Amino acid sequence: MSKLWRTMLRNPGGVIGFTILLLAIAIALFGPLLFPTSPWRMVQRPFLPPFTVPGLPLGTDALGRDVLAGIIYGARVSLLVGLVSTMAALAVGIPVGALAGYFGGKIGDALMRFTEFFQTVPSFALAIVLVAILQPSIVSIVLAIAIVSWPPVARLVRGEVLSLRTREYVQAAVVTGQSHSWIIWREILPNALSPVIVLASLMVATAILLESSLSFLGLGDPNLMSWGYMVGAGRTVIRQAWWITLFPGIAILLSVLALNLIGEGLNDALNPRLNKEGR
Amino acid sequence: MLAFIAQRLAKAVVVLLAIVAFNFTLIRMAPGDPAMVMAGEAGASDQIFVTQLREKFGLDQPLPVQLYRYVKGIVTLDLGFSFRQQMPVAKLIAERLPATLLLTVTAFVISLLLGILFGTLAARFAGTWADTAITILALIFYATPLFWVALMAILLFSVSMDWLPSFGYETVGANYTGFAHVLDVGAHLILPATTMGLFFMATYARMTRASMLEVKRHDFVKTARAKGLRDAVIQRRHVLRNALLPVVTLAGLQAGTLVGGAVLTETVFAWPGIGRLMYEALLQRDYNLLLGVFVVCSAMVLAFNLITDLIYRAVDPRIEFAS
Amino acid sequence: MSATPVVSIKNLKLALPSGSDRPHAVDGVSFDLVPGKILCVVGESGSGKSMCAHALMGLLPDTIIREAGEIGYDGQNLLTLDDAGWLALRGRHIAMVFQEPMTALNPLMRIGDQIAEMFEAHNLLAPRQRKQKALQLLREVGLPEPERSVRAYPHQLSGGQRQRAMIAMALALEPTVLVADEPTTALDVTTQAQILELIRDLQRRRNMAVMFITHDFGVVSDIADRVVVLQHGKVVEQGPADDVLRRPQHTYTRALLAAVPSMQPPPRAPLADRAKAVEVIGLDKTYVSGGGWFQAERRVRAANEVNFDILQGETVGLVGESGSGKSSVARLVMRLIEPDQGTVRLGDADFTRIAGRALRKERSRIQMIFQDPFASLNPRRKVGNIIADGPIAHGTTPVVAHKRATELLGLVGLNASAMERYPHEFSGGQRQRIGIARALALEPEIIVADEAVSALDVSVQAQVLNLLEDLKARLGLSMLFITHDLRVAAQICDRIAVMQRGAIVELKPTAALFSAPEHPYTRELLAAVPGQISSSRAA
Repeated sequence: MSKLWRTMLRNPGGVIGFTILLLAIAIALFGPLLFPTSPWRMVQRPFLPPFTVPGLPLGTDALGRDVLAGIIYGARVSLLVGLVSTMAALAVGIPVGALAGYFGGKIGDALMRFTEFFQTVPSFALAIVLVAILQPSIVSIVLAIAIVSWPPVARLVRGEVLSLRTREYVQAAVVTGQSHSWIIWREILPNALSPVIVLASLMVATAILLESSLSFLGLGDPNLMSWGYMVGAGRTVIRQAWWITLFPGIAILLSVLALNLIGEGLNDALNPRLNKEGR
Repeated sequence: MLAFIAQRLAKAVVVLLAIVAFNFTLIRMAPGDPAMVMAGEAGASDQIFVTQLREKFGLDQPLPVQLYRYVKGIVTLDLGFSFRQQMPVAKLIAERLPATLLLTVTAFVISLLLGILFGTLAARFAGTWADTAITILALIFYATPLFWVALMAILLFSVSMDWLPSFGYETVGANYTGFAHVLDVGAHLILPATTMGLFFMATYARMTRASMLEVKRHDFVKTARAKGLRDAVIQRRHVLRNALLPVVTLAGLQAGTLVGGAVLTETVFAWPGIGRLMYEALLQRDYNLLLGVFVVCSAMVLAFNLITDLIYRAVDPRIEFAS
Repeated sequence: MSATPVVSIKNLKLALPSGSDRPHAVDGVSFDLVPGKILCVVGESGSGKSMCAHALMGLLPDTIIREAGEIGYDGQNLLTLDDAGWLALRGRHIAMVFQEPMTALNPLMRIGDQIAEMFEAHNLLAPRQRKQKALQLLREVGLPEPERSVRAYPHQLSGGQRQRAMIAMALALEPTVLVADEPTTALDVTTQAQILELIRDLQRRRNMAVMFITHDFGVVSDIADRVVVLQHGKVVEQGPADDVLRRPQHTYTRALLAAVPSMQPPPRAPLADRAKAVEVIGLDKTYVSGGGWFQAERRVRAANEVNFDILQGETVGLVGESGSGKSSVARLVMRLIEPDQGTVRLGDADFTRIAGRALRKERSRIQMIFQDPFASLNPRRKVGNIIADGPIAHGTTPVVAHKRATELLGLVGLNASAMERYPHEFSGGQRQRIGIARALALEPEIIVADEAVSALDVSVQAQVLNLLEDLKARLGLSMLFITHDLRVAAQICDRIAVMQRGAIVELKPTAALFSAPEHPYTRELLAAVPGQISSSRAA
């Protein structure tokens, strides 16, 4: 693992990504301590431009709420939704993919048809429908994002398992009389993990984008301040107050960018070209 | 080839039926008793009316019968009735569909052409400032929320500079005809199509670049060099053609994302397409309309997948058709 | 040497990028190419032989620094040639044939177009004439149905046909020099013989100078006029083929030649009155692919009524070309794949009728050694665990299993410190030893070796073969030895079964098979083995 870190740190994009992400995590964890007042509270008169009133560096929105406070509280929602929905998607996708790839046959076929079905359905439209029907809340949002994002995991894991299953060292394990679970856990999954880790980091980024898009359309959790909601709320007044939409958007952009950079860094570190000069 | 198309069409129909069935379950999951909701939407809620509605829409029948009726309805292009808008869902969608097709196809073509162009340039000049600039820009657009780019584009090109219209499909009340109308729609199309295309352009540029660098290391590129072919010919004929295969695959996989992008773009630009319709249905909690749009979106994605599949088979001779 | 050389390489020195295992890929290499003669450049992997070829084609990677020396061609030094000069030279005057004909052809272009490109690159002929010429060339290299092949895509041709197309392409502009980089290594032995014949024939007819790179001394003796032996980027010996092969001066050349297994099977004591260790009865397996609603089914018969047995302490060889089904039979015997029909008996027990836990338990009786030393060990597990995992699964305590693993490492000639290391820290030969130790850890009665030495250099191959032979005798094992290499089979097998299209066409004691082959296919295989003239010469 230390070697992984060193390779990561040699990649400038990865370093930038990690720095931004750590900053975002710190803000999400400790920011609310610095801004104890609710981000929903009116603190000043509406439409205060940024850098005009001390204590409100990013100005106020159409209802006189502090834009900076909103961004700080929004970090929690974005990161939490991104992380939890990715975990949920992995929890579904990895077993489905592993079983389909390892056992194949009719069960594998059925599992893959199921996966393909979910991959064919337009994901964002499905997420909208699900959240609308289940009523917007943090739980329904996480659920909807997880439901639309597990199929790529299953497909990736299945592909990896399919190719690893015919690898000679896996056959050697079969031949020495190992059980199926031992072979899946010890021989196959550890070697299939690298691309899954890379995909997971990109999925967190996509989940953040999805959450913000849902909130933008008014499908966010009504009790939680989120970046997408802020952009959506500022949309109608964009001609008078550009800052209300600009700053939350930058927050989304930076966190998604950071996660993509980390994903690329991980990809370079975890999947170096396998040395082919062996022969 | 025909057999292949038939096979894929059959598969698409099966998937579509599955989506319809899935849709039916979603409708049943929608909050409230459907009859009550319908009555509410129609503005009346006395018990007799609700019972009448129940009978009229077969809601008193067992679920399998309801599912059968629903599927049968959809096969005959009956997507239900929107009580809020007092119109059949299918009619509402049919009115809005052309605008969405215009927008998505334009955005798709722009993004594919420019994405491949920039990706090729980046790969060609890998390691130079041009590559770095394209790579960084692609990374940024890849990470930018679509709805926000759209708003920023309005702010910049419409509000600050007043270059382009930011609202709607055509100038309201202008009643242009002929070529003037085309120009007017074109002017309205530029901002939505470009902002929507940016994300996809970034995706295709990244994929093209990576894929070209990968193909470059193949042995057949060395063979081409050993022939004494000029580098430009090698890049175009040997590297690019092979590198585009995964880009086509990706474009197919992204059909769903394209439709999702249409919802956001149309909402921001008030583009009168089915994406905007979906947003309106959301605001009014008009579930029949919402799910109708969803089914149509799914059908669009299926059609798009079918087309990319056909293109892929046409480009790659290694995939053989059944004779 | 009467003729004047067309290419004269003098003191060529190519530096590897820093951080490589040695400073120079090629260090002070000199040799000449003469019209009408074939020069073989021989060496094991990493000897720098391919670098010489790439330098001559101007296709060296940018990371390789041309440090010193000169490549003289037609009065100019190619090392100082500019890009335009190379474009005019490549293909037109010096052409190249690569090792892997599948990857060396563009999968999306028709064969004819790829050949026509040769003329286009040098602005010769009109487009229609180019097509005509392509057809003519395909005919000349003996491609069946040239009219069809010219419109075919690479994947529609067999390996040998693809290599013929590559050669047609290389010869299109009648170059004076042909560089062939292991052009037959990826091919089956009978195909190899045909391609070698073709190259020799064309070279004579066109009076070309050929630089032929190979690792196989059999091929050298069949085709070479002169030989250059490379080791670690240096020329250790060069001279006329007869001299180098018959009277090698350098110890390395001698060692390489000695490591080539002879076609003469050593005398073997007859194995009478032994019980059967393995009995294979009527094994059948057909692979069905495709077959959907609208797709035609494709059926490949991998095993067709396969019958044979292995006596205790006996080694039975299974030889055949790629696709003959020999590996499938090995996997059927191991129960890595399930047969459609037939029985495998281990001693008295039916190995095909058991399943689940019972099968896992029985598996310890028959173990396997795999082909690819780089793919047969889990890269994320320590060598000690790799060996001990099997016995632990069968109930041995970890402490005992690890102690036993250490002993096994000693047995296969590795240090006990290997226990705590990961597979990537070992060379190919060492990894193969680890694979052997893993197979022995369960104390099996039978070993199935699937092309166990095919991926190794000849000198390493000889060591591993000796180890296998020695262990087999000491532990009283029976062995099923799968190989495509008849020379290896001759050295290690008591009896040999020849497979073709899933069926055993001939099964005989080794000496009898070599001296009196009956089946036409066996004869064809034996005749195709390269270097038979030299082995009798060298003897």
